[in-house]
Amino acid sequence: MADAMRIRAQSQAGNAVVRVLMAHEMETGLRKDTAGKTVPAWHITEVSAALNGKPVLTAQWGPAVSKNPFMQFTVKGAKAGDKIGVTWKDNKGETRSDEAVVS
Amino acid sequence: MKAGVTSIAVLVSALVTAAPLFLVTAAQAQTAPTAAEGIAQYRALLADGNPADLWEARGEALWKLPRGPKNASLESCDLGRGPGVVKGAFVTLPRYFADTRRVQDLESRLLTCMQALQGFDAAEIAATPFGRSEQVNLESLVAYVSAESRGMAFALPQAHADERLMYEAGKRIFYFRGGPYDFSCASCHGEDGKRIRLQDLPNITKPAGATLGFGAWPAYRVSSGELWSMQRRLNDCYRQQRFPYPGYASDATIALSVYMGVTAKGGESIAPAIKR
Repeated sequence: MADAMRIRAQSQAGNAVVRVLMAHEMETGLRKDTAGKTVPAWHITEVSAALNGKPVLTAQWGPAVSKNPFMQFTVKGAKAGDKIGVTWKDNKGETRSDEAVVS
Repeated sequence: MKAGVTSIAVLVSALVTAAPLFLVTAAQAQTAPTAAEGIAQYRALLADGNPADLWEARGEALWKLPRGPKNASLESCDLGRGPGVVKGAFVTLPRYFADTRRVQDLESRLLTCMQALQGFDAAEIAATPFGRSEQVNLESLVAYVSAESRGMAFALPQAHADERLMYEAGKRIFYFRGGPYDFSCASCHGEDGKRIRLQDLPNITKPAGATLGFGAWPAYRVSSGELWSMQRRLNDCYRQQRFPYPGYASDATIALSVYMGVTAKGGESIAPAIKR
């Protein structure tokens, strides 16, 4: 089971600024280990966000995104008390969903 | 020989043409931010999403999780402010502990607790390379404990004779020159305004520099994507010095921490910070 994401969502002038920190290795598949063998690719391929269950963002990610990625976005019209859900899926089929309340 | 002369001539003409260009950039530099300001801005941007948060969360869970041969949690571990008290402990470490009759830093104290409470073999964990098995858990614990004292002022005790002895020993180690480059810690960290490439080197002999140097570790290293404890930082300092590492949680590394921590007295702890 992957580690939980850290999600902070703050309302700002009628919108919500969402900051997400994900725990992931984000292995590119290009690196070699000390024995000279290629380290297999292992990275997030899809990120989606939802406001009260309604999708507001989908993103396709690849090996160029850093380890332990940080993502920030603004949701128009989100108010305090609304729920922001974020989900990622990686190329091994593993997935993680977390939720935060806009403050 | 002839080729050598021509290349010198080319070099001279290049210098001559470069001079007016340099004047232009110097004039522009008055409005553009300096290198140090640019780096400070970059750090501020990174700090907003410091992945050390992830280690803090993991460490907090580990602190409360029953583990090890004795299947116990660390919740009754005494970090110097009484059993189970985490808040404010980091800014008073390293300090003398009566039960082990040693001055201990955070890492060595955690090892003591892991052995006494959970039944782990402390010597085995200390000998494990950084970033493997229990060392990974140790770094999460370090992140959690230090984060609980974020924003507090360093106040290392110096009341016990052993604590004063460790300060003196640490000071001597700090100024001790050795290795193939004849380097001491003070070679890089004993003067103001020094840097390696674009990294400013804090002057650890003064309170402000010691706060920057000692108060920022543990920290998340963006370049390696890992959280480094003070012990790992010192290990890398010794590597750069081409000097053998005295060993994880050894008295020499603890003495150095005492020297830096006492010098940083009153400074604010920002650990776990973020580093390039």
